[in-house]
Amino acid sequence: MDFFTIVQLGDASVRMAIPLLLACLAGLFSERAGIFDIGLEGKMLAAAFVSAAVSYTSGSVWVGLLAGIGISVVLAIIHGIASITFKGNQLISGVAINFFAAGLTVVIAQGWFAQGGRTPSLPQDARFNGLDFPGALSRMRDKMQASPGMQFYSEFVSGHSILVYLGLLAVPLSWWILYRTRFGLRLRAVGEAPEAVDTAGISVVRLRFSAVIICGILCGIAGAYLSTAVQAGFTKDMTANRGFIALAALIFAKWRPWYALGACLLFGLFFAIDIRFSNIQLQIIWIMVLLLGCAAALTIYAVRREKIDVIVLGGLSAVLAAVAFTAWFATASADGISIFAALWETVKVPSQLIQSLPYLFVVIVLAGFVGKAIPPRAGGQPYVKER
Amino acid sequence: MSDIPPAIELVGISKAFGPVQANKDISIRVMPGTIHGIIGENGAGKSTLMSILYGFYKADAGEIFIAGQKTQIPDSQAAIAAGIGMVFQHFKLVQNFSVLENVVLGAEDGALLRPSLAKARKQLKSLAEEYELHVDPDAIIEDLGVGMQQRVEILKALYRHADILILDEPTGVLTPPEADQLFRILGRLKAEGKTIILITHKLREIMDITDTVSVMRRGEMDSTVKTSETNPADLAERMVGRKVLLRVDKTPAKPKDVVLEVRDLNITDAKGVHRLKGVSFNVRAGEILGIAGVSGNGQSELLEVLGGYEKATGEILLNGVPLDLTGAHSDGQSRRARGIAHVPEDRQHEGLIMDFSAWENTAFGYHHDPDYQINALLMDNAAILRDAQEKMDRFDVRPADPLLSAKNFSGGNQQKIVVAREIERDPDLLLVGQPTRGVDIGAIEFIHQQIVALRDAGKAILLVSVELDEIMGLSDRIAVMFDGKIMGERLPENTNEKELGLLMAGVTDGESA
Repeated sequence: MDFFTIVQLGDASVRMAIPLLLACLAGLFSERAGIFDIGLEGKMLAAAFVSAAVSYTSGSVWVGLLAGIGISVVLAIIHGIASITFKGNQLISGVAINFFAAGLTVVIAQGWFAQGGRTPSLPQDARFNGLDFPGALSRMRDKMQASPGMQFYSEFVSGHSILVYLGLLAVPLSWWILYRTRFGLRLRAVGEAPEAVDTAGISVVRLRFSAVIICGILCGIAGAYLSTAVQAGFTKDMTANRGFIALAALIFAKWRPWYALGACLLFGLFFAIDIRFSNIQLQIIWIMVLLLGCAAALTIYAVRREKIDVIVLGGLSAVLAAVAFTAWFATASADGISIFAALWETVKVPSQLIQSLPYLFVVIVLAGFVGKAIPPRAGGQPYVKER
Repeated sequence: MSDIPPAIELVGISKAFGPVQANKDISIRVMPGTIHGIIGENGAGKSTLMSILYGFYKADAGEIFIAGQKTQIPDSQAAIAAGIGMVFQHFKLVQNFSVLENVVLGAEDGALLRPSLAKARKQLKSLAEEYELHVDPDAIIEDLGVGMQQRVEILKALYRHADILILDEPTGVLTPPEADQLFRILGRLKAEGKTIILITHKLREIMDITDTVSVMRRGEMDSTVKTSETNPADLAERMVGRKVLLRVDKTPAKPKDVVLEVRDLNITDAKGVHRLKGVSFNVRAGEILGIAGVSGNGQSELLEVLGGYEKATGEILLNGVPLDLTGAHSDGQSRRARGIAHVPEDRQHEGLIMDFSAWENTAFGYHHDPDYQINALLMDNAAILRDAQEKMDRFDVRPADPLLSAKNFSGGNQQKIVVAREIERDPDLLLVGQPTRGVDIGAIEFIHQQIVALRDAGKAILLVSVELDEIMGLSDRIAVMFDGKIMGERLPENTNEKELGLLMAGVTDGESA
């Protein structure tokens, strides 16, 4: 692997991390205020569709972005009305928004553009294009021959759309809001002890609605990024469960902005590996070492835990081990060689395995493999004054 | 004096929660610079009245005058602006915030935190010096003891320039030395001209510290009197509406054989915290062993092990036969089969299923009893219902309607249902945790009589309570727990609250001198 490949991998990681990061920060604001939001996915998807459709129709990507944010905020307010005003179940409201967005985007897209539930491909000026920094090389051939520093500058630093830089900027901004402002103090307090906020004479309802609206704005940007910057148009289910991965990243990040950046970059790396190395070749022995190593680590961890984790993690390691041995023996029998000789055979790693990496990691994160994460104490509970 | 307007005057306050009239036409006057007690049974409407004054609830009718000015208090913000501060029974603190952040929350000076925090730090220092309220401003709330957390609540109110401080059952969670310290602080606040309203159900506190006292009964104001012109028996009578025995009436115990023997019991919880540290004691037939201590010092875990739903190491013998402590062969059911009845500490979560009817609740834990079965498959609901009705009549549960859900009974009547269920099975050993927490005085008297009657029938009783009065009045022997250890055993006739209080705070004889 040469240096330029690593730079390209890093570049792709950042690009793939941005929608996760925006959604993760969206979830962070909402959950820190005590409102669980499983509807990040639905809000992103609705925003992806609306911004692509409006960009295409109006010809301006900025109008599209605003429209995407708009629909996402509307859905966020619906979630707020259900869970704050009417004290409903936050999970159910979130799930409803996901179903609503998954179905309606395709139906409206079909009715509007009649292209099988997708929007037409967006022309160049109705998209967010990469910003070329001064002095950055743009042609691939020039980049490959440039010095490592120039490669890093041209490929990794320069060339992203403005939303990428905005997303990265959102991290320190979120941190500053949460930990350095009055609003942030109150927001964190309302997710931990709404009764403390209420008795201090501050409106719990208003605070939680502000948090939910911020969540809507960030989800809107994330969705618009997918359909107007990563791709040129909306396709069915294009968010591909990123809203849920963002929730896993949020737990991994222990509800903190800087950790969220790290978690999302890690998930971004998995997606980038999928893009760049979809047909990676490895010797069987390395596949065995990797898979059995993971299985062993999971098992060792699982035995120290409660029953349910033993079942989940134990099952996962059994699957990994089964995949490893199947690959080994299948190679041996296919090539008609001894199983020991087969260890040194080089095979193509199935792309499905690579694709499943981020999702596999989600399971591991949620099984508590990364240490104990303590959610906001009042999370998920509507605030009712006690009698 | 008559030309000074009262600090607070409430006129004709009424408040209903659905069909329940929590406050009925209540009027009260509190003079500035005094400590005014409000006393009443649970559910008498004390907390509701004060929550209305603090803007937490809105009154249906009535007027509020602060320092002679008619004042509207639609929310807590307005109450704070009117100079009212409130320390709730359950603290309203953000557990993972620092003291400073909790004090500042809601009273920030601007959109940015840093200047507010700096100002609060300076203010806290001067408040600490003025009122002896020393707290580390950077400590995280969850690392502080309850006494300290209460100070933070008081500081919160003072930081908001409260002239009137309302404290709701402030001593419920404190050790006696901590309570004494709180009263010193309150005395100091009074000397500085603050007005203090103290809500409590403890007669002793009222007599010790207040200047005037108002008695509430069933949502109505019974009377307001000068503390110097009344006495505990008189107040108790006003609270309940009839004469009550404040002392438990019992003869000396006649202990027989050892029923329960606990040897070197240890528990380490999932977080690795050592909850019980080598606890040993025994209980004989025909005696009540009282375990005193501030809650959270291992008493709950002790009851859970004995009740069969917590694992431990060590040895427990019941009538000389060991009990399973590994959790593999034990649960509440098997313990009951061995003759251990359990009135758990938290009756709403462990003692009852609140949404189930009273008759179902009277059978729980004993529902495999052959009397309750028609055959191997079907339960004999009619038999349970008959049985429940009988128990409810005998224990004077009101209303005596077995079809009513447990949640519709008052605390005292809920507890009577639990006690009836456990006592009526003729156990060898009765475990009782906080038998009278949230129970009104009339029912306390009844429950205490039942426990003593069971003792006189030759049963062993292990009583765990955080109420020292209850421990002193009911026990034949007293063991004090602190930090998972038994600090010592005393006989009630040879000890006093001060000595027990020191033991509860972990101070042993050697250190106290």
